[in-house]
Amino acid sequence: MRTSHKTIFLRTIFLGTILLSMIATLVLGCGMAVAQNTGVASGYPVKGGDLTPQQRNGAGIYRRYCIGCHGQYGDGEGENAPYIDPKPRDFTLAVFKCRSTPTGTLPLDTDLIHTVERGIRGSNMPSWLPLSDENREDLIAYIKTFSPRWKTEKPGTPVEVPAEPAVTAERINAGKEVYKRVECWKCHGMEGRGNGPSAATLTDDLNRPIVPYDFTTGYRFKCGITDQDLFKIFMTGLDGTPMPSFGDNIKPDEAWDLVFYLRTLQPVHSKEREIAKQMGSK
Amino acid sequence: MTSPRRSLAGCLLLAFLCAGCVKEALAIPAFARKYGLPCSACHEAWPKLNSFGQTFKDNGYQLMNERDAPIYQNASYWPIAMRITPHWHFESAGHTTVDTTGGGTTEQTINTSGFDLTGIDILTAGTLAKNISFLLVPSIDPGDGTVGFESANVRFDNLWGSPWLNFKFGKFELDGPLSEKRMMTFSNVGGAYALYHFVPVGGDTNDFSYGENQLGVELMGHSADDHSRYAASLISSTNGGTGLPGGRSYDGNLHISQAFLVPHLGLQRIGAYGTVGLRPTYSLFSGGEPIAGSGRGNRSFYRAGIYGSLYINKFDLAVVYQHASDNVFLANATAANDPMSLPAGARGAAWNTFTFEGHYTYSPQLFFIGRYELVRMSQQALASNPSELGNLDVFTIGYRYYLFMHSRDGLAWHQEYATMRSRLTSDTGQDQRSSSYFMGFDFAF
Repeated sequence: MRTSHKTIFLRTIFLGTILLSMIATLVLGCGMAVAQNTGVASGYPVKGGDLTPQQRNGAGIYRRYCIGCHGQYGDGEGENAPYIDPKPRDFTLAVFKCRSTPTGTLPLDTDLIHTVERGIRGSNMPSWLPLSDENREDLIAYIKTFSPRWKTEKPGTPVEVPAEPAVTAERINAGKEVYKRVECWKCHGMEGRGNGPSAATLTDDLNRPIVPYDFTTGYRFKCGITDQDLFKIFMTGLDGTPMPSFGDNIKPDEAWDLVFYLRTLQPVHSKEREIAKQMGSK
Repeated sequence: MTSPRRSLAGCLLLAFLCAGCVKEALAIPAFARKYGLPCSACHEAWPKLNSFGQTFKDNGYQLMNERDAPIYQNASYWPIAMRITPHWHFESAGHTTVDTTGGGTTEQTINTSGFDLTGIDILTAGTLAKNISFLLVPSIDPGDGTVGFESANVRFDNLWGSPWLNFKFGKFELDGPLSEKRMMTFSNVGGAYALYHFVPVGGDTNDFSYGENQLGVELMGHSADDHSRYAASLISSTNGGTGLPGGRSYDGNLHISQAFLVPHLGLQRIGAYGTVGLRPTYSLFSGGEPIAGSGRGNRSFYRAGIYGSLYINKFDLAVVYQHASDNVFLANATAANDPMSLPAGARGAAWNTFTFEGHYTYSPQLFFIGRYELVRMSQQALASNPSELGNLDVFTIGYRYYLFMHSRDGLAWHQEYATMRSRLTSDTGQDQRSSSYFMGFDFAF
């Protein structure tokens, strides 16, 4: 069957129209996407300006994963922030809970990378383990552009974590004494349930209510799960929260004692808990 | 010109068209609302998952933090989302047999176009408790309003505290190399994988389709970083149909894969999968009507494939090779208790499928797709058939532009063109070409 000239003409017009509409929409879409990527158009613009290639990569990752909570300016005012408790971190202050550096100092990049990998217990911040190491490094490079502190200050010197001693009943008892002496109980309660006499009055640096950690409900801490992580929390504090650094108040050996004692409060099987049972305590 | 050929070619096209019409697609803003993450956190471009989204899914729709159990959600939170795509599309079907006024037939190209709707997916999913998750997807047909259940399953996650043990029960998508429920194309021709839906010419009665959700159980496991994965399923031989319409047999499916992170490129994954199963070839009858569930004369089939999913920064390419085979009785639509009815030269059908699907994710808001699939018969159901009868070549290109990227809902502008050539399948033995052009707004909320 021969196709008439009229049919060919109509088909050409039709297919031409389709092709042109695809091209036109594509050009429009590309233009808008480029504009949004460079912070020109509406939607989710990211910070432009003088970004290094690594920071620029990080900006793309931030836009994809983080902007909903931490906001386009990194101020923790993302569209979901009103519905989240605890509130997302404000990167413009460059104050971070989980560090290996002394209180008041900037963290190491590895501290921030570990936080991204691990997530933050008790918050909406998930573990971003599925991201590649490269992605996390790029992301941290971009997050550091939100605060001028990163241009004028260097990260602190990491707190030394001495080798972990063997756990003994004496050390657990000593840890209990440290818990009383430095008044951990005032916030965390005598049994570590987070219900100390000061618990209801605590606020963070931005004057928002905050609750102390309840040791009896889990095995993960905000800044990790290992004994070394817990040791670091005592010595560095959780900046931005009422949890101070005890680096000047307790010796490293006492910090290990405290670690062993707090492990006995947790509802998971551990050497410390076994020893505590033999001692006749919980 | 033979009428069986006409009907078979029609079946082949119909299988594609139907697969495109009723496709359930998973992009669930309810998760984004629950966790406060933008769609782009889990989707490279929704509904295609990225590695974070795949891990989230494999963890049982859990981020594995303290907010997973529903008891920690706002009491007004309802884990439900909906998705539909109003669109305009153009369809062209070449060498279609048409009756003439004189009582004969002729072949014409049938073109049609107009505004249309996809089915409406109601997506409810999440956790019933920590480490117990569910997925329920009623889907409404836009034509007659009938509701079907695309998915309905409960999953026990991280049994004994191990991500290697997750047990699913109900109706679910088989864990395969490419998810048809997360397909990035919609059109009648391009909206289904030939890899999963191809039916060889010859009246093959095997209704198994990897792309259809199946009823059964699945044991699935993965490493903490989700790089190593396995899934083993035991499913009823009903291709997801309820009411036990066929026999009493089961199909088995196994899929294993391993991913490698390559610096500067991304996550590369390779894997292998296979399905073996049985289908009845005849039923018992009562009063001339087949008795449901009385299928007899089971005969076997299998599908086996290998694949690679390769990332080069923003570009990714999935390559799948699959070999498929159906028993001679299935391939020739013959009852196994009547072997004398097999036509001369009858034999099992076998074919190979290659799928190449590339994406370029310019940003979470602009996504390009191109796909080429080819199906080559390696053994025809009838020895007398031309060796290339029924071979397919399907080419699809398109893009999606997401107008915004929020954690509440999603809206995408979608354009796509797909064309398929099937060899020698017209009534006059000509190649048939079908083409689709599709554009519309895809939204989920």
